[in-house]
Amino acid sequence: MTESVNKSRRNLLLSTSAVGVVGAGFAAVPFLKSWLPSERAKAAGGPVKADISKIEPGQMINILWRGQPVFIVNRTDEQIGVLESLNDRLKDPQSESAIEPEYVGNIYRSRKENLFVVIGICTHLGCSPKFYPDLVPQQFDSEWKGGFFCPCHSSRFDISGRVFSGSPASRNLDVPPYMFLDDNTIVIGLDQEKA
Amino acid sequence: MNSITNNEKGLMAWINKRLPVTQFVKDHLTEYYAPKNFNFWYFFGSLALLVLVNQILTGIWLTMHYKPDGAQAFGMVEYIMRDVPWGWLIRYLHSTGASAFFVVIYLHMFRGLLYGSYKNPREMVWIFGMIIYLALMAEAFMGYVLPWGNMSYWGAKVITQLFGAVPFVGDALVEWVRGDYLISDATLNRFFALHVVALPLAIVALVVLHIAALHTVGSNNPEGVDIKKHKDESGKPLDGIPFHPYYTVKDIFGVGCFLLIFLFIVFVKPDFGGLFLEHDNYVPADPSVTPALIKPVWYFTPFYAMLRAVPDLQMGALVMLLAIVVLFFLPWLDRSPVKSIRYRRWPFKVALGLFAVSFCFLGWLGMQAATETYKMMAQLFTVYYFGFFIWLFLYSRNEKYHQVPERIEH
Amino acid sequence: MKKIVLMLLSLVATAAWSAGDSFVNEKAHNNIRSMDSLRRGAQTFVNYCMGCHSMNFQRYNRVAKDLGITEEEMMDSLVLTDARFTDKMEIVMTKEQGDQWFGKAGPDLSVIAKARGVDWLFSYLMNFYQDDKQANGWNNLTLPNAAMPHVLWEMQGVRKAHFEEVTDEKGAKHKEFKSFDQVTEGTMTDTEYRDLVRDLVNFLDYSSEPARLIRLSYAPWVLLFVSVFTFLAYLLKANYFRDVH
Repeated sequence: MTESVNKSRRNLLLSTSAVGVVGAGFAAVPFLKSWLPSERAKAAGGPVKADISKIEPGQMINILWRGQPVFIVNRTDEQIGVLESLNDRLKDPQSESAIEPEYVGNIYRSRKENLFVVIGICTHLGCSPKFYPDLVPQQFDSEWKGGFFCPCHSSRFDISGRVFSGSPASRNLDVPPYMFLDDNTIVIGLDQEKA
Repeated sequence: MNSITNNEKGLMAWINKRLPVTQFVKDHLTEYYAPKNFNFWYFFGSLALLVLVNQILTGIWLTMHYKPDGAQAFGMVEYIMRDVPWGWLIRYLHSTGASAFFVVIYLHMFRGLLYGSYKNPREMVWIFGMIIYLALMAEAFMGYVLPWGNMSYWGAKVITQLFGAVPFVGDALVEWVRGDYLISDATLNRFFALHVVALPLAIVALVVLHIAALHTVGSNNPEGVDIKKHKDESGKPLDGIPFHPYYTVKDIFGVGCFLLIFLFIVFVKPDFGGLFLEHDNYVPADPSVTPALIKPVWYFTPFYAMLRAVPDLQMGALVMLLAIVVLFFLPWLDRSPVKSIRYRRWPFKVALGLFAVSFCFLGWLGMQAATETYKMMAQLFTVYYFGFFIWLFLYSRNEKYHQVPERIEH
Repeated sequence: MKKIVLMLLSLVATAAWSAGDSFVNEKAHNNIRSMDSLRRGAQTFVNYCMGCHSMNFQRYNRVAKDLGITEEEMMDSLVLTDARFTDKMEIVMTKEQGDQWFGKAGPDLSVIAKARGVDWLFSYLMNFYQDDKQANGWNNLTLPNAAMPHVLWEMQGVRKAHFEEVTDEKGAKHKEFKSFDQVTEGTMTDTEYRDLVRDLVNFLDYSSEPARLIRLSYAPWVLLFVSVFTFLAYLLKANYFRDVH
């Protein structure tokens, strides 16, 4: 076997394998992408509307969006008033590492100060936290100022969904995209004019 | 063997002591000597393996999106075709793959007929191949029922009705196979289980046995001469070349050619004019409306034509069964010592050619509405089909043939 | 090899249509690449067909995306029910109601073009005629005694079919279609009506497999890629087999 045969053979081996590997890569794409949410799942996970006119101050409603609970809380002035004073006890008071739309970036974490919308899933291991609205001492926290408590692993969140230091959860509760259609109607999962 | 392992160092040595990987690769690839004169007919073995892998992969992915439920199955296929990202491609790869499997397998089998690959010492290879063919037919039939179109439904009905031809217990057997008084959700569910679990497992195991048997006796070739008769000092056949790299490289070229045709069909003509995906199967299963013309998919139609050619159901089913069973006995029906058609005389060439033509014609007839003329033609070809084997048995005993060379000369 | 290809091709040709004895006398000549035609067809479908026929596997947003229609346009002119943009093109009427009101509910039309073929659909929609013997007053040459009335009659106008009695070789007498007689003019000319039906059939054709346009657009690239691979593999194989004599 001559040197030139050897060389051209090596080049051909390399180029054929390279094209083959690229081809296999292309072929893998449809298989991997078929695991993404289907059009049916997307349709089922579309935006949901809710009537907010019936929520009394201090009350919460729970609606499902993409199969997850979304809490909508009509906060009292008292509950909002204490938010500032809690900053020292929180892991991330300014929600810098939180998952939330840009337009809620303040300590209220909401578009309207009193109306708080949050995904009711603990950022620790995915349980749904319970709502403890009253500013009274609790078994799990003697200085409780209202908020959410996860029964699974005792993560505590204030009424803006911000996580207290000493909780196993590391991130504040996530806020979904939402917008108001009119004074009484909110849409969860949609925040542009129309997606 | 010991000298090999002793020379190795590191990870491979560690593994080889526990699992002889290197030895396995040598036995089946780098030191498996195949005759040097394979022609294009020898592509179809590796292509069958490629299609099998395609069917298993796309099949697993289809299973992820499909529900075997009589009320939902038809819609599940359309769900895959529309709502699942890239579902249409995965489904067409699978449906076209089913037909491609039979194209490849029929050509692979015909190669065996041409070059006498079923003969001593390869009878076991042939018999395992035939069992694979049977399993594949069952697999394809049950897979065809899953889209739950009207042709799926009535096809399943007609084929399961064949069990009614079994003497005495026929009717009870039909009910047992269907799990109901008609083709129903229960039938669909069990066919699904067999199609996605039981039969694929069986086919993979059989393919392993088929190849194991082949590698024990070595490959035949277009000349039909035994390369093991002439070896060099080191024991390598003089007319053999290592399977790897020579035939792996050649088979990769075969794969490229195959993919060109296969992907053309997948992307441009996946229905293949109603031959691969039938028009009537785009109508949901309806127990009250029979399609105007019930016919199986093209790869079953030769046997279907034989079934219809016989006026009696029991006899027809028997003829259809015999048409497959007779192939199992081919190694003993052909008594000629010569393997390859190249060294057999014209009577065999003509007879085998007509056999292939009659099989194709039976396939065509099986797709047509049964008129009297077509029925007579089907009867004629059926007689020829069986006549071929009887003639071969008698003729091959004292067959005159050309001198077979000692070695492969090129 | 050539023989096998030829054989396969001849099989395709003969197996293409064996739909029985239905009267298919027209060719659709539709073009699923024409977005304008598809949009007009979608509008006709929604206005005239969706009263009775669902398209249960097709979604409004899919139609909008494939046909280049915005969500506003879609919701304003094509979604006539209270369906959402992402919903499937379903109808309120159930199969039981359809069976009761029409004798036989109209079938779902999602994949009707795959089942019947575009030429059949085109012929069917062209071949309605007035027939007093039928309960709904209409009959059809392509699908005799169809349960469906002529929904598009205002456009095509009312026609009667002219039959002549003929005797075949076996001596049996039967009626053979000769021509249509226009009873009243429609709001459209013959050409306009044909275009309307062609657009509608085009939309049905597209809807039977929305992925077809994507599939065909990939085809040349996939085949080009495989050709390059096969060419390289051939050179590699040829190189190796220089060793073999």
